[in-house]
Amino acid sequence: MKEIVIEVQDFTKTYDDFIAVDKISFDVKSGEIFGLLGPNGAGKTSTLECLEGLREPNGGLVRVAGMIPTREFHKLKNLIGVQLQSASLPESITPEEAVKLFSAYHNVEPRMDLLERLGLAEKRTSQFFELSTGQQRRMALALAVMHNPQVLFLDEPTAGLDVGSRSELHSMMGELQEAGTTIILATHDMAEAEQLSDRVAILLKGKIAKIGSPLEITAAGAGLTKISVRTQSSILLTSEVSFPAVTYSTTLDDYRIYFSKDIGPTVSAIISHIETQKDTLIDLRVERPSLEDRFLEITSTGEIQ
Amino acid sequence: MKAFIHHFKFEFLAGIRNKQLLLLNYLFPLGFYLMLGFIMVEINPPFRENIIPAMVIFGILSATLLGIPDPLVNARENGILRSYKINGIPAVSILIIPALTTILHLIIVTGIITITAPWLFNAPLPIHWTNYCLIFIAAAIACTGLSVLIGVVSPTSRMTILWSQLVFTPSMLFGSSVNITLSLKVPGSPSSALQTR
Repeated sequence: MKEIVIEVQDFTKTYDDFIAVDKISFDVKSGEIFGLLGPNGAGKTSTLECLEGLREPNGGLVRVAGMIPTREFHKLKNLIGVQLQSASLPESITPEEAVKLFSAYHNVEPRMDLLERLGLAEKRTSQFFELSTGQQRRMALALAVMHNPQVLFLDEPTAGLDVGSRSELHSMMGELQEAGTTIILATHDMAEAEQLSDRVAILLKGKIAKIGSPLEITAAGAGLTKISVRTQSSILLTSEVSFPAVTYSTTLDDYRIYFSKDIGPTVSAIISHIETQKDTLIDLRVERPSLEDRFLEITSTGEIQ
Repeated sequence: MKAFIHHFKFEFLAGIRNKQLLLLNYLFPLGFYLMLGFIMVEINPPFRENIIPAMVIFGILSATLLGIPDPLVNARENGILRSYKINGIPAVSILIIPALTTILHLIIVTGIITITAPWLFNAPLPIHWTNYCLIFIAAAIACTGLSVLIGVVSPTSRMTILWSQLVFTPSMLFGSSVNITLSLKVPGSPSSALQTR
C-alpha cells in the first residue's frame, strides 16, 4: 500500500471574515497525480499556498511528507518543487543563472539538461524579461523539478504553452510520476486534468464538491451520454422517433445526436429502428460526458458531495 | 557559500544589466559629476575643492536611496520573494545581498571619481585617506540600511518613490553640498567629513 504523502484534515483558511477554504479533507498517496479543480475563487490557490508553507492554515491539519509546512519549512523546501501561477523571477536573471542560483540553495548540482529539454538552451543567456510567456513558464517548471522533489506543485502549468511544450510537460509529468514523485496539479484545463490525474478534487466555494478518479466523477453525473448516429437514408433525420432514456436530441450535419441517461436501451432501440426501417447504419459514436461537462454541471448546480 | 557567491554575482550583474539600476548606480552620479565638474568648476572655482566628497556622497545617495527600495518593493509585489522563499532563499539574503552589491558598485563609482577628478578638474585628493575611506563606508552602510528599511516598510511602489525622494532630496542638498561652496557648507555634513582640504 502506498504511503500518504499529503494529509489534509478539516483544513480551513480565512481572510478576515471571508472563508476561502472551509474544513476540507483529503489525502494524496505517493506517486499519485492529484488534480485540484475549481472556478476562480474556489480556494485552490489558498489550499496550495498552505500546502507549500507560504500561508498558515486557520484550522485543521495540513501535512506534507509528514511535516507541517509552515513549521518545518527549512526541511520541506528540498522535498517540494513549486511552479507558481505567475512566473516570478527578477527580470534581469538569465535561465542559466537561475538554475545555478536555485540549485545552489537546494544544495544540488545545476541541471542544465533541463533547459535543453524544455527548449530553453538557446535562451540560456537571455534575460528573464526577454523570454516569452511560454518560455518563462517553462523556466519556472525547470526550477521546480531540478532538485528531484518528492512532491511537485503545479499551478496552471500549461497556461500560455504551445502544443509542443504542453506535450513535453505531460511526458515529463509521466516520467516524474514513474519515478515516484507526487504531483498536485491545479488547473482550469479539464481535458488535461482528465488525461493526467489519477484523482481529482473539485472545489466549490471553499468546499470539496467532488473527489475521486475522473472516471468515477464523470460516471456519477446526470448521465447525458452523447450518441451520434448517421445512416445511409438519413431515416433518423426525417422522422421524429422517441427512444428510451433519451432526454433530448438534436441534428448536426448528417448526424442525429441523442443525449441519453442510459446508453444500453437507447442504442439497442436505435439499431432496431434502423433495421426495421430498412436503412443502413454508417456511423454510431458514443461519447461519455467529459470531466469538463461534469465540472460545468457541478459548478452550475452547486452540487456538494 | 556557493549559494551566496551565485546570488552575489547575479545581484552585482543585475546592477549593471538592469537599466534603472545602471542609471542610478553609474550613469546618474557619474553624469552629474561630469556635468558639475565642467560647469560648476568654471563658474565657481572653489567648488573643485569640494567636488570629490560632494560627488561621492551624491553617488551614495543615488545608488542607495533611489536604487535599493524600489526593486525590493517590486520583488514583493511581483511574487519574486515568494518564488525565492519557496526555493529556500533566506529573507536575510534577499535583503543583504543587494545591499552589499550596491556598496560594491559604490566603491567602483567612488574610485572613478577619486581617480579622475584631479586629472579632469584639478581637484585636490583627500589628505586623510583612512578617514576618507571610513566615512565613505559609514555613509554607504547608513544609507543602504535606511534604503532597505524604506523598501521593507513601503506598502507600494508609489509610496516607495515618495519616501525615497523625501529622504534623497534634502540629503542631497545638505549632505553632499553639491551646489554650495566649501565656506558655506553645512558643518558636520558627510561631505564636510570627507573634505579634501
